[in-house]
Amino acid sequence: MHELGITQEIVALAESRAGGRRVRGVVVEIGKLTAVLPDAVRFCFDLCTKGTLVEGAVLTIVETLGSARCLACGSVLQLDQPFGQCPCGCTDLDWLTGEELRITEIEIELEETS
Amino acid sequence: MCATCGCSEEGGAVITNLQTGERFLMHDDHDHPINGSGHVHDHAHAHMHTHGHTHGHSTLQLHEELLTKNNVLAERNRGWFDGRNILALNLVSSPGSGKTTLLERTIRDLGSELSLSVIEGDQETANDAERIRATGCKVVQINTGTGCHLDAAMVSRGLKQLDPASGSVVLIENVGNLVCPALFDLGERAKVVVVSVTEGEDKPIKYPHMFRASELMLLNKIDLLPYVKFDVERCLAYARQVNPRLHTILISATRGDGLQDWYAWLRTQKN
Repeated sequence: MHELGITQEIVALAESRAGGRRVRGVVVEIGKLTAVLPDAVRFCFDLCTKGTLVEGAVLTIVETLGSARCLACGSVLQLDQPFGQCPCGCTDLDWLTGEELRITEIEIELEETS
Repeated sequence: MCATCGCSEEGGAVITNLQTGERFLMHDDHDHPINGSGHVHDHAHAHMHTHGHTHGHSTLQLHEELLTKNNVLAERNRGWFDGRNILALNLVSSPGSGKTTLLERTIRDLGSELSLSVIEGDQETANDAERIRATGCKVVQINTGTGCHLDAAMVSRGLKQLDPASGSVVLIENVGNLVCPALFDLGERAKVVVVSVTEGEDKPIKYPHMFRASELMLLNKIDLLPYVKFDVERCLAYARQVNPRLHTILISATRGDGLQDWYAWLRTQKN
């Protein structure tokens, strides 16, 4: 369950960027070719945010598709799993997308006027 | 709970130095000797006060890579190894593939030629480290507790206890798990994945991340091939499908098959 550690990192990063204010939403990008399960991150999120400024925030996970360039013929193909075969027969692929694992956005509650 | 600072022990990694018998509880920014000797450190506590009503929110665009903390620490370990001309290898596999037996045999066969030391990773017990110590090799055990993999911080702390010699080889036996260790760079020169013929031959495509992240696959226990249903060629084909650059060597850590090839590979990494 490496997703627990990754979710803790998401929460810590969001909190550190929020400048002491409450976080209402967090957007995370997880590539299809990473070994990170979005559902497991969702499962851990509520647990990890408890007692933090991120508690109650909405977690949005954007799953990016995997794609790769064939190193033999140069074709670009879509990858749904972390390996594949080009129609030309080659399995030596240079991954282009799908390895993303990052926070792209947080929504912060503005400070009170009073 | 730590009586001195109140840190929770739950889930923290424990590092055992088999040479001295000392045990340390590892926390984010400090280690505790488990025998309870005194220590001084600061803890920062943030106190936030929020109120009931709000006046809207703002969106902050970020580009914060996850796993950065581990990757930075791993690069630090890598520099530490480079500066001392130490070859570090990260041995990964599912539980029971024969990693510890392979290490015991490697130490016995190469101990007079190379200076070797071992970091053992397991959730619990120092059983594997005891086996390595019985060979006369320097060893440190890291117990990850609830953790399912070693990370760069644990290895960094383990190295302080291990204190490997310049020009030596550090073999890191990761927690038996073909999933999580693939994501956590420890600062090693290469990952070596061990599979055995008592497992399914489709391990490479079932756990592709690990086989993609590795440079060498050792197919172990080939002395058992007459007794198990295992298609070696199919396993190798799956491995090449996932990682066309993966080197593969068929070995038996107990009978000795293929070990000269493994040692030859190890020597090429060393030079």
